[in-house]
This record gives sequence, C-alpha cells and structure tokens, in this order.
Amino acid sequence: MLNNFQEFFNLLPLIIIGAGILVSLCIEMYSKKSEQILPWFSTIVFLASGFHALAYVNSVSVIMQNMFAVGGTVNIFFFIFTFGAAIVSLLSIDYLKKYGTYYGEFYLLLQSSVLGMMLMAGAKDLFVIFLGLEVMSVSFYALAGMNRKKLKANEASLKYFLLGAFATGFIVYGIALIYGTAQTTSIDLIASRFAQLQHNLLFVAGILLFLIGFSFKIAAFPFHMWVPDVYEGSASTVAGLFSTGGKAAAFSAIIVTLGVLFNGSIQNIFEPYLAVIAVLSMVFGSVVAIAQTNIKRMLAYSSIAHAGYMIIGLASGNYDGIAGIIYYLVAYTFMNLGAFGIVSIIEGKEEANLELKSYSGLASRNPILAAFLAIFMFSLAGIPPFAGFFGKYYVFISAIKAHLTWLAIVGVLSSVISVYFYLRVVVLMYFKDSETEFSIERSSTGLAAVVISVLLVIIIGVAPGTVIGMITSFLH
Amino acid sequence: MENNHLISYLLLTPLIGGILLLFINKTKENAIKYFGFVISIIAFIISLFLYTGYDITKSGFQLIDKFSWIENLHISYHVGIDGISLLLVLLTTFLTPLTLMSSWKAITNRVKEFTFFMLMLEVGMIGVFVSLDMFLFYVFWEAMLIPMYFIIGIWGGDQRIYASVKFFLYTMFGSLLMLVSIIWLAVYASTSLGHFSTNLIELYSVGPTIQSTIQNWMFLAFALSFAIKVPLFPLHTWLPDAHVQAPTAGSVILAGVLLKMGTYGLLRFCLPLFPQASIYFAPYISVLAVVGIIYGALVAMVQKDMKKLVAYSSVAHLGFVVLGIFALTQESIQGAVIQMINHGLSTGALFLLVGVIYERTHTREISEYGGIAKVVPIYATFLMIASLSSIGLPGLNGFVGEFLILLGSFKSPVLNNWWFTIFAASGVIFAAVYLLWMYQRVMFGEVKNPKMNNLTDMNKREIFILASIFIFIVWIGIYPSTFLNVSAKSTQKVIEQVMPTKTLSLK
Repeated sequence: MLNNFQEFFNLLPLIIIGAGILVSLCIEMYSKKSEQILPWFSTIVFLASGFHALAYVNSVSVIMQNMFAVGGTVNIFFFIFTFGAAIVSLLSIDYLKKYGTYYGEFYLLLQSSVLGMMLMAGAKDLFVIFLGLEVMSVSFYALAGMNRKKLKANEASLKYFLLGAFATGFIVYGIALIYGTAQTTSIDLIASRFAQLQHNLLFVAGILLFLIGFSFKIAAFPFHMWVPDVYEGSASTVAGLFSTGGKAAAFSAIIVTLGVLFNGSIQNIFEPYLAVIAVLSMVFGSVVAIAQTNIKRMLAYSSIAHAGYMIIGLASGNYDGIAGIIYYLVAYTFMNLGAFGIVSIIEGKEEANLELKSYSGLASRNPILAAFLAIFMFSLAGIPPFAGFFGKYYVFISAIKAHLTWLAIVGVLSSVISVYFYLRVVVLMYFKDSETEFSIERSSTGLAAVVISVLLVIIIGVAPGTVIGMITSFLH
Repeated sequence: MENNHLISYLLLTPLIGGILLLFINKTKENAIKYFGFVISIIAFIISLFLYTGYDITKSGFQLIDKFSWIENLHISYHVGIDGISLLLVLLTTFLTPLTLMSSWKAITNRVKEFTFFMLMLEVGMIGVFVSLDMFLFYVFWEAMLIPMYFIIGIWGGDQRIYASVKFFLYTMFGSLLMLVSIIWLAVYASTSLGHFSTNLIELYSVGPTIQSTIQNWMFLAFALSFAIKVPLFPLHTWLPDAHVQAPTAGSVILAGVLLKMGTYGLLRFCLPLFPQASIYFAPYISVLAVVGIIYGALVAMVQKDMKKLVAYSSVAHLGFVVLGIFALTQESIQGAVIQMINHGLSTGALFLLVGVIYERTHTREISEYGGIAKVVPIYATFLMIASLSSIGLPGLNGFVGEFLILLGSFKSPVLNNWWFTIFAASGVIFAAVYLLWMYQRVMFGEVKNPKMNNLTDMNKREIFILASIFIFIVWIGIYPSTFLNVSAKSTQKVIEQVMPTKTLSLK
C-alpha cells in the first residue's frame, strides 16, 4: 500500500495535469466565466506540476511495472514543459482576444499536449513513447488550426497533421522492426541487448526509422518543410510552444531510447547520420533565415538551425552531449518563448505587424519591449553572457571530446551566419526610424511572461553552474 | 592564496552603476551625465588602489580573486593582474571618464542609453584585461561587442549600420574560432591535469606540451581572432569604417582600448600558450606587421577625412606593437607594452581633437579647413602636441615606445633580420609626413573658408580633458621608467615562457 502511495506521489506532476484537464472541461461546460477562469487555472496547474517536479527532482524511481520513470533528468524535462506552457498560457490571455478567437478548448489542449510531452520524457517502454507522442501531436494539430476561419491556420493544421502522421508512420514502423529483432519494447531490455543487436541490420534500420520520425518532430533538415508554414499559420503563442515544448519532448524521447549509446560502452554507429543532419540543419536554417521578411518565419528557420546545434550533442554520443542538449533546451525554451511572446504582443489584429519592418524604430516607441527582444536575439545568436551562449559552448565541448572538432567548427561558422539575421532585428529596432505607426496593445500578463523569460535567460546564462550541476549529477 | 577583492570591486562599480542608471528618469539628462561620470571616476580611483597594491618587484599574477563559477567544468571566476594588465586597466579607467566628459555636448539624444553602454563597455574592457580563466575571458571579450555595436549603430554617422554590423561580424568570426580552440585546449588539458580546465595558469603548463602541428593550428585560431581585433594587415578593413562612423567617444575607446585587447591577447595567450608555434610564425606575422606599418602610413597620407587619417595611422601604430611582440626580446616587448599605452593616449587625443572641431563645423574634410591657427590658437597648440606625440618626437611618449621596439627588433634572435627594423623605421618618417602635412593644410596659410572665421576656441572642459592626457604624454616621454618598471617583470616572464623552448629546439 505504501509502495502504491509512493508511486502515486511520484506521478503527481502528470496526475495534476490530468486532473487539470478534467476540471478545465467542467469549468468550460458549466461556468459562464470560463474565459476569465480557464487561463489562470491552467497557468496554476502548470506551475503546480512544474514546482512538484522541481521539488522532487532528486527522488529517482521507476514505477508502473517498469513502464515509467520519474525524477532526475525526467523531472528537468517536466520543468521545461510545464514552465514553458505556463508562459504560453500567460501570453495567450490577451493574445487570443486580439487573434479573434477564444475557445475554451485552447487551454484544455495546451494541458493535454503537455501531458503527452511528459509521457514521452518519462517513458521506459516504446509504447509509452508512442502514446505520449500521439497525445502531444493530436493536441498540436488541433491547436495549430484553432482559428478555423483563417485560411492560413487551416493550412497549418492540415500540413502539420499530414506530415506529422507521416512521421508517426516512420516511428511506428521503426518500433515494429525494433520489437521484431529485440523481442521486447522495454527500453531497458533493449539497452542491455544493444551491443549484440547493433550488428542486426533490421534492428539498425528500425532505430534509423525511429530517428527519422523524430527528426520531423525536432524540425531537423531535411524533414523541416512543415516548420515555417505551421509557425506562420498558427497563433504566435502556440508556435512558441511547438518550437520549444514540442522540440524538447522529441529530444527527450530520443535521449530516453538511445540512452545506452551515450555512456561510452557502445560505439555510436549513428554518429554519421546525426552529424550530417546536424550540419545540414545548422547551415540550412541559418542561411535561409537571412532571406525571411516575416519574423515568425525567421524564427522558424532559426528553430531549424537550433535543432542542428542540439543534434551535435547527440552525434557526440557522450554524457556531455546529453547534458548539453538538456541545458540547451532549457535555455532555448525561455529565449524562444520570450521572442515569440514579444511577437505576440506586437502582433495586431488580423495578423498585422508580423513583417520584420514593423519592428523598425521600436526602441523609441516601446523601449522595454525592444530591450527584451534585443536580449532574446543576442541570446539566440549565442552571445555571452546570455543563456544561449552557454548552451552552444557545452554542446561544442561534447563534440570536441568526441573528436568531432570539425562539427564544432561548422557549428561556429553557422553561428556567425545566424548572427547576421538576429542582429537585423536589433538594427531595425534601434538604428532605424519607424516606418509605420501603430499602437501596441498593452498586455500586463504578456509582459509578465516575457519578464520571467528575460530573467531566466539572464540568470541561467550568468550562473549556468547550478543547472549544469543538477543535470550532470543525474547522468552519472 | 588569500583572495583580494579589489579587482572585483573595480568590475562591479561600473556594472552596478550602469544598472542603477537605468532607474534614473531619462529626461534628467544632466543627472545622468554627472552620475555616469562620477561612477567612472570612482572606478578610476579604485584602479589607483590597484596600482599601489601591486608589487612591481614580483613577477606573476597578483591581487587574485577566485571562486568557483561552474563547478562541473572547473570554470571559476578568476581574476588577477600582472604589470601588463595593470597598465592597460589604468588606461581604460583613465580614458572612460574623459570620453564620457567629452560627449556631454556631442551626444544629445538617448543620453541615458549612451552612458549605460559606455559603462557596460568599461566592465567588458576591464574584464578582458583581468581574466585569468579562458572562459571568463571569452565571456567578457564577446559581451563587450554588444555595447560597442550599439554605440556605433545609434550615435554614429551616415553609414553607421553598415559599420556596426561589419564590426560585429568580423570580430565574431574570429572569436568563435578561438572559442573552438579554447575548448580544444581545455579538453586536451584533461589528459594531463585529469579534468577539463580553462584556468590560464594551469594551461600555461599544458600548452607547450601540445604537439607542434596541432599547436600551429591552435596558434592560428587564437592569432586570427586577435589579429582581427588589432587589426593586423590585411584584416584591418573593418577599422576605418568603424572609426569614421563611430561618435568621438566610440572612436576614442575603440582606438584607445579595444584595439589593445588584440595585442594584449597575443601577449597574454598566444605567446605563452603556444611558444613553439609563436616562434615558428614570428617572422610571418612580423612581415604582416611591417607591411601594416608602411601600408597604414601610406594610406593615411592620402586621406581627405581627418578621422580616417587618424584611423589609418592606428593600423600603422599597432603594426609597431605587433612587431615588438613578435621580435620576442625584452626591449621590444617592453616597447610594445608602452606603445599600447602611448597609442591609447595620443590617438585618443587626436580623435578627441578631431571631435572638438567637428562639433563646431560638422565637417572633417581637410580641404574645408586651412589657416585656422589664427582663429583658434589653443586648439592649434593642442593639435600640435598630439600630432608630435603620435609622430614620436623625442621628449614625448611616442618616441619611447617606437625606439624600444626598433631597438629590440634589430637585435632579435627570432627574427634575425635587419630589414624588419629598417622598413619599420621608415614608418616613423611617414608618420611625420602624413600628420605634419595634415597639420599644415588645416592650420596654416590664409583662411580660405569664410565660415572658419567664426570658430570658437576650445572651452575649459575640452582643455581639461586634453590637458589631463597631455600630462601623461609628457610624463612617459621624459620619465618612462615609472611605467616601464611596472611591466618589466611581467614582460620578462613572457620571454621566459616562450624562450626556454627556443634554446631546447636549437640544441
């Protein structure tokens, strides 16, 4: 009985969200004031779940008949998902009014997508990964098309759904091949047999299909086609969640499944595949982002480039790589959500002000938002002392430790390219005069969410030691 | 070792001051100006305590402050100074209040942001000179780009956007390759030290053990980054753009301190970390340095814009510094260190003087002037002193540095070739040509441009700023030992770090 209670307690982050979904459903059905209540309720649900995950980060245990793990790095992922989603909730309060649609389902779907992400991060069995993936993805498809009256939103939703389903097909096929060769779907058992299985061509094909499927989800080149259109078509706050939570969840699934590759006992045979994908994503994302005129599309291509940097950590195949990815994801979540948050505040009705040139002269019109966006841009460009820099630094350490110095060099070169388009936003805001006058609607909750992101970007950038210390202590 | 927090106070003063500044209402421009000035003066006073606290009879780093920053990677906040960095820190804290004061009239819009960025720039510059941890150094080195980028981009001339982005991308390109080498070095250190290390003092023992081909690559990655900053010919193309477009304060800091970060980096990191590679590449880099001296001087000669002329003269002067560093003798390196200070003072003074006249006439074209010595006699005197100092007239500071560098490079065993000295010496003559010619065209003859008859001479504030610089210009010229003694032990140590391997490899 005590044991059951312990399991129940460890699972609380998920249970809180699960219960939150049900309560939200009731609020939406029975309360006339649901529009006022739901955003705050979902924020509180996310924060409660996140703080629980953070408070019990040290109690590592495997529960549910070896199907699910909690504690350690899993809880750090929970923290990324829930805090990211909390920021999205706060941003959406005023944004959805402008966007012209309020549906109670929005917050419900937000919660269910986070539940799916959490299932992926803690999975100990391929089926749980698949379950989580589908819960997350289906919520995302619906979120992308939330504004059903808009053509672009419909396009985004359909594109996301079709390509997402295609990717899921790869993953399921991969799982089938893995099961066929390993005779189990338990990740621990697969890991213990990995050394022999890696000579089995079918098994390797299975893992590769699995990786390709997730390459779609993390938005890596050449599986990135959906990214710019989906980000552009969906609501800005939701696009922020796709690029951060969705990416983090997919990375968590890869790390969970291939964890055995990273302890140094087995040679990482997927290194060439991962290295090539990393290089292509970094270079392609950075170069194409230069040509963008729409800020959401620019951030979409930047998201592809950042996926490339994180894959360097996978290609390195050591614990530093994993620690680097997790740190990078924490940093990326807050800097990118902050950037999307500011985009959502500045965006006017009917998707106005999304062009880059709308940002010219922002520094004189709204100095605070401009300063924050500049910080996010510098952080995304990887300039110290902001969080993005240390993420890149750590990932490059892992590459050099794995004797992939060339990969680190390609990484820094594409960083230089990316500096150009991040700086362009700063140039427009600070060095140019306004071309068009438009009023920016005040949003205190949105601003609060952005302030939280800025503080986190600075704090974990200046003092990365605690986060890194926490992550590495769980890996060894 | 006992921790001494003096350097940390020095870093914190402008940092906290800058953050407090953000809370002042932006309409109270005078309050902002005085506040920024007072903060930078406090920083200067603290740096004087550094000077009194530093024991010049000892080599090695002093006033060290260290605590763990990122434990897992053995990265620590680790600062300390030796004679070389002490002089450069003093130069930084000395020039910052003066440039702030010089912009009281010149900068009229966004005063608050300007003062904030200047103070952040000061943090970055001091940080670069005092860091004893490669990671910390890199953070300061890169972070410093942000305020400079804004200073050029917001308060610069017509082409400011192009200049600021070019400046940023150029520097970033070099420094990111250096970042890869820093990480490589730190990973390599774990084989002998047992842990990942970016601690400079530990790396000093690791660096020389790297096998020579890899050492060459590492040296090149570091040297590229520093050479862009110096800037060494042919990587100098960002400099004229940045200088000409930057506001006066930006140019002074850029020429006075930022360029020194490149030469400081060569001296602090390249030479001691990669001694064999340094000796191997010394002749090649010296050739580039000498080409820079002559090229910079020749291009300066034909400039029509006063500021551009001074900018190109920087390329020539910094060529001397690099030659001095890579001649690898005690005299030449001492000369290089003192020349870094000299260049900061005399080029800083020249940029300030160009700024003074530009504020009144809004033109920097030499041909617009002529004969103004009669109209503005004080200005004419001041420009004369600054030009002579830059030319290297005996009795003023420039002579000391250039003489030591020429002397050292002449007898340098590493270069082992007189031609370096002979060509470099011709640069001194060219300097006299371009500066005196400029002086003649601006000051002497009849007043051709009727507008110039209404020029007002320098006011008390401007006289105060330049006079304080001139005190040091004369001091170094007449009694350089005050400054040479500070860096003597430290430069000697750099030679010792590089040279033992030379004697070994000769055997």
